[in-house]
Parts: sequence; C-alpha cells; structure tokens
Amino acid sequence: MKFQNLMASTGEWLRGEGPHHQVVVSSRVRLARNLRNRAFPGWAKKAERTIILEMIKPRVEELAEMQEPFSELLQDLSALEKQVLVERHLISREHAAKSVGSAIVMNRKQTLSVMVNEEDHLRMQSIRSGLQLRQAFKLVDKVDSALEAKLDFAYDSKLGYLTACPTNVGTGMRASAMLHLPGLVLSELINQVIQAVNKIGLAVRGLYGEGTEAMGNLFQISNQTTLGEKEDEIISRLNKVIETIIEKEHDARQVLIQKKPNTLWDQIGRAYGLLTYAHAMTSKEALNLLSVVKLGIDLGAFPEDKRLGIDQLFIETQPAHLQKSTQQKLNAEERDHFRAQIIRERLKSFPNPDISKMAREPEVTGNSEPEKNE
Amino acid sequence: MLCDVCKCNDAAVFLTQIVDGKMQKVNLCEGCSKEKGVQDPTGFALADLLLGIGAAEEIEKGGSSTRCPVCGFTQADFKKTGRLGCSSCYVAFAEGLNSLLKAMHKGTAHVGKLPARAQRTLALSDRMKTLTENLRKAVQEENYETAAALRDEIKQLENQLAESK
Repeated sequence: MKFQNLMASTGEWLRGEGPHHQVVVSSRVRLARNLRNRAFPGWAKKAERTIILEMIKPRVEELAEMQEPFSELLQDLSALEKQVLVERHLISREHAAKSVGSAIVMNRKQTLSVMVNEEDHLRMQSIRSGLQLRQAFKLVDKVDSALEAKLDFAYDSKLGYLTACPTNVGTGMRASAMLHLPGLVLSELINQVIQAVNKIGLAVRGLYGEGTEAMGNLFQISNQTTLGEKEDEIISRLNKVIETIIEKEHDARQVLIQKKPNTLWDQIGRAYGLLTYAHAMTSKEALNLLSVVKLGIDLGAFPEDKRLGIDQLFIETQPAHLQKSTQQKLNAEERDHFRAQIIRERLKSFPNPDISKMAREPEVTGNSEPEKNE
Repeated sequence: MLCDVCKCNDAAVFLTQIVDGKMQKVNLCEGCSKEKGVQDPTGFALADLLLGIGAAEEIEKGGSSTRCPVCGFTQADFKKTGRLGCSSCYVAFAEGLNSLLKAMHKGTAHVGKLPARAQRTLALSDRMKTLTENLRKAVQEENYETAAALRDEIKQLENQLAESK
C-alpha cells in the first residue's frame, strides 16, 4: 500500500461509529515488547538496530492481520509524511524523529500499527472509534501471541515483559482513550476532574500525548502503572473512570442548557460564525471552534448528518495534512489561509444553528440518565 | 564535607549501606535529609537516591561502577537517560531497580499475560515442586522403590526444563 492511498482513506476510527462516540473519540491500546539480550533501540548502534529490524519486520508483515500492509522504513518517509502519521496517531512523535533502523507497519484499515525500534523493539498499537478498549486490547493481544511464537521476547518470571523504560515493565501495556469534554471545560469543572483522575493513578494528557497542550477540549486518559496488575484489571479500572467522566460530561452539558443557555448559544453561534466567514485560522483556533460546533451537533443545533464532516476537519486542518493535500510546502501564514478556506467550504452546506432544537440533549447512551446520580 | 544532594550545605547525616557486599555511602545536610525522608535509616532504601534523584555516589569494592555484562550499559547511563540498555540490565541493576519499581508501580511482581513458552516452563516447574516433595516423603518413609522412580522422573523433567529455557 502506498502513502497516497493511506492519505485518501481516513481510517476506521475516524468515522466515529463506536460506542459513546459523542464523548469518546477513540480508544487505543499499545503493547511494548523487546527481544531478549538485544540492546534496546536507544542504546543499540545503527548496525544492531538494523539487524533487529530485519529480524522483526518480516515477521510483522506476514501476520494474518496485516494483509497488504503499509510498511515503510522511517528513512524512506519524508518529514511531512511522518507528521501526517503522527496527526493520525498512527506513530508517536518520538518515532517520527527516527530514521535508519526503524520502521512502521500498519494494516489497511489503520486500526493496527506496529512501530519497530521506537523506544522498544516493538510497539504494537490498536486504535478503535469510541470506547472500545477491550476490543482494541483483543487485537494487539492476538498479534502479540502470534509474534511471540516466532520471536524470543524478553520476559522475566517476576517482572514480566522487560522494556527500555522501567515505567512500562510488566504488562508493557498502555491503554488510553481520547475524550472530547467541552461541557466540563465550559463549566470550569475540568481541573477538578483531572485532579481526581490523577489521584487514582491515571494520567491525563493533551491531544498528542506526553507534554502536549490540551486543544479542542480533547484529553487523553491512560493508565500510568504496568506492574502488579493484570491487563484486564487495568482496562476495567480505566473503563469505569471513563464511564464516570462521560456521565459528568453529559451532566455538565445539561446544567449548561438549563442554567446558562445564553452562554452556550453564544459560544455555538460565534464558533459557527468564525468558521463560516474567517479567512485565516491557526490550527489551535480551528480545533477549539470545531470542538464547539461538534458540541452543537451533539446538542441538536446542527443536523446529525454533518457530524462526519466536522470530525474529519479535526484531522484535515492539522498542519501536515493541509500541506500534504495541497502537495506543497506552506508557511504558517499560507497554512492559516488555506485552513480557513477548507473549513469555509465544508461549512457552506451547514444550516444556521437552530436553538429551538437544543432544548434537551438527545439521549444516545444509556449511561447518562439523571436518576443515576446518587 | 558537602551534602551530596544540594552540594552547598555541610553534611550532617552520613549513611552507609552494604548490599551484597557493595558499600554505598551518601552524605546529606540536615535540610536534604528531611526532604528525602531519611529520618529512619532502616526504612530508607539508599538505592532510591542512587537511581532516582541521582545525587549520591556509589562506592563499590572493586572501585568501578556497575556495568551490564551483556550490553555494557552503566548506572550513570541510566541516570542520564532514564532508559535501560537491554533486558539483562534488569538483572545487572536489580537492587536499585527494585525500589524504583516499587515507587513507580502498583506492585513489584508481574501478574498479567504470560508468553506460551513461560506458561510451559511454569507448568514444568510446578510439576517439579510436587515431585521433589513426594521424593522427600518417600525417603522419609524409607520407601526406596518409589524414591528411585521419582528420581528418574525428576531427572527427565530437569532435561525438559533445561530445553524450555
């Protein structure tokens, strides 16, 4: 599969059909594995990294889950192409910085991606739309079992799977969900939620993981510990917390509708106005405004069939995607113009926000019934 | 003598710990010792300081710092990068890592997925435990015929275990 084909299709998880998709954008589970007695990628010399790569890559490509894969050596991808993969969460920012001795292999549906020689020899990741951590784990677990039969993984009977960083040792698993929480942000409850989540040993991060800013009201929640707990216990714990946050987000939206309807309509109206008429827009501003329009769709202010178009803009307006789609390098100013243009065209078919339909949040999930409170 | 952590105040607390024949020394000032929670030296793992904050010096009997025999990685490299060199580093730096892992994770032992190979080894070593126990009993009861049979079976199992590793 070629990069162009990859660009053309958005990947299953972006289509937003998973459970709780109004709040949970995507679920990801990754497993870290290493070969026994081989230097980890950060310590191995180029020659050893290449040997390791040649041991692992063919084994990954021949997996049943990887039919006609997209498989590239990192040195064969341009900086822009790597950035596109980062924007789609198919590779990490750390992996994008790699070159000789590293590779990426992913399936056509873009639900499974395997990074070779990132921080660990193998980082296998499954990504799904909505809240589907268990399904995502099932897939990487299957891939791991298939690979373990062919590769000698570093495993210790006491410490479990051995990883380059001691924070990943044990299960080597990081499960995370991307949550869209405009209700909690607008009602200024988000910091409370983040603090509570941190207290119980889970991490909250921005859009692109560690050390990144929260934009577009998007937050990633993931497990922080990997040793001393079973994989499905970690996922259960995470699921419980996420379900509580989903409930809190729906509650916050209800309270906004009832107590501060004017603030809410103002925000949605302004976001719609700016996106429809602006001629220059940074990616941060675009994300923040698109988030409010997405909230408007959730609340019924815009027709449901406009959802996919907005969800796709979250990715299409990112810097590398913009430049890849124009086939030219753009400076920041040109990007801002082009971004605004794409958004204006998408919003042409949008009707004005209809406040009368926003009386009550449509009930999609069974998890947010008000009587459940207390 | 200056404090190993802040390097500006005079050291007032001198700690020495001997683990597996290696002597480790840390000198701390009053303030830093409180900050690091070194009030009760018995409950304090020196290795935390060595691997965690990276202020102390390790003094070994041989004089050189610990090095992973497989990949040549040193403790100094770990302090610098926060990453290990290879899977054998977990054995080479086990002492220091244990307290680090304890502080980092929910537990100190893996309870999750086992690779199929490890599952087989585990089953074999469980069987081995049972056989050894039976053998002990047989000898105690002077039941030498059973003991001989058990000894043969154990020998076979030992070979299988060696192969599975």
